[in-house]
Amino acid sequence: MSVAMPAVDISRALTRIAHEILERNGGAQSITLLGIPTRGAHLARRLAQSIATIEGVPTTDIASGTLDITMHRDDLRMRAPRALMPTVIPPAGIQGRHVILVDDVFFSGRTIRAALDALGELGRPKSVQLAVLVDRGHRELPIRADFVGKNLPTSRTQSVKVHLMELDGVDEVIIEEEVQG
Amino acid sequence: MRHLLSISDLDKNQALSILDTALELARISDAPVKKLPTLRGRTIVNLFYEDSTRTRISFEAAAKRLSADVINFSAKDSSVSKGESLKDTAQTLQAMGADAVIIRHSASGAPRWLADSEWISGSVINAGDGTHEHPTQALLDAFTIRKHLGSSTGDLQGLHIGIVGDILHSRVARSNVLLLSLLGAQVSLIAPPTLLPVGVESWPAKISYDFDSVLPHLDAVMMLRVQQERMQDLFFPTAREYSHFFGLNRDRMALMKKSAIIMHPGPMNRGLEITAECADSARSVIVEQVANGVSVRMAVLYLLLAGSTQEQGVLQ
Repeated sequence: MSVAMPAVDISRALTRIAHEILERNGGAQSITLLGIPTRGAHLARRLAQSIATIEGVPTTDIASGTLDITMHRDDLRMRAPRALMPTVIPPAGIQGRHVILVDDVFFSGRTIRAALDALGELGRPKSVQLAVLVDRGHRELPIRADFVGKNLPTSRTQSVKVHLMELDGVDEVIIEEEVQG
Repeated sequence: MRHLLSISDLDKNQALSILDTALELARISDAPVKKLPTLRGRTIVNLFYEDSTRTRISFEAAAKRLSADVINFSAKDSSVSKGESLKDTAQTLQAMGADAVIIRHSASGAPRWLADSEWISGSVINAGDGTHEHPTQALLDAFTIRKHLGSSTGDLQGLHIGIVGDILHSRVARSNVLLLSLLGAQVSLIAPPTLLPVGVESWPAKISYDFDSVLPHLDAVMMLRVQQERMQDLFFPTAREYSHFFGLNRDRMALMKKSAIIMHPGPMNRGLEITAECADSARSVIVEQVANGVSVRMAVLYLLLAGSTQEQGVLQ
């Protein structure tokens, strides 16, 4: 097990991503952050706080929510049914907004594909962008991220875990050697 | 878990996970596109040996919102009316590749019989069997109560729920007594002695013959339909007398707690067990129960059918 990102790196990466999101979208007026549960949801909340601080507005002015993608997964039949996580769409909806999907680890791209399907059910965003804390490679679909906290070259036998203060009591990204069956 | 036959098969965590899943699925009803791809390619058969409007339509809507293919099979206009046995019908459905059979039958225990047989390999969901159980109705009732009165812990601890009327013929009452008490609520059955089943004293519920004395303590009042089609004997002298002692009317509504809600599984006999004024009042959640039924049945279908049958899921 090795620590790939300590707390200070995570904090810096999120601040940088917040700036990049603002730069790309020309401010915070038309963006909607949607975190993918569980850890993506917490990261989206932190990004919203960071963006609010940069812009000097209250956090409540930044449209932020969560998007559960379980029902759209393509591997449902391969695993036991899992509990659904909350989906919270900000009151303004996603119609015509620049939606920024937020997730912790970007791996095969299948989660994001499912998220794009889930978004289609809720409306038609102006654009969809993707922010991830860690990109570990090994894409299985033609999907890329717009904002990346850290590119982390890994092998398929390794597993990348993001621990966040809200859930795990510590901020860190760790790599574990693990042969997955 | 492969089948949903009886509330007694569920433990508290399983029941809560169905209700939690239903809560998340309920928002689909508000989305512009009311459809999820989750059960695409699955075939679900509605096998109804008894008349039903809302339960069948509710299951159908739930299955369709999850993109399953639905085949409606009603015994009246099928080979069953020519004398086909449950076994032959089941084997026919199996041969056609049914992934789940939702069965309503006038014989108590028919769904269990089907589930325990080797005739079909899919899931069996009980949509009401005789006077035995109607688990999804109880789940939607619990969902509705939880939405209006539930505590932050998620269960129904501290609530007092009254089930009033024809307990004897009611599968809804039996399933509700089991589920509501499982979730921590106190349940009172209020009925004339002739409409209580044998052995009711062993149920986890209190029994009362006096509606007016219990009513002011109730958080939810669940009125049951007087099932005249199942009544071969005389259970009460006149409909008017029944209404007088056990019907919900304006005077009784005034006795209720301010926060208490009125429920009815439908279809209602307006004027018999409930007056139109009560059924249409602001306290009534009867129409909402129907909407919640779709969400709860989506949750049941999702949890039973969406995953792999090889691995343990949230219902284990």
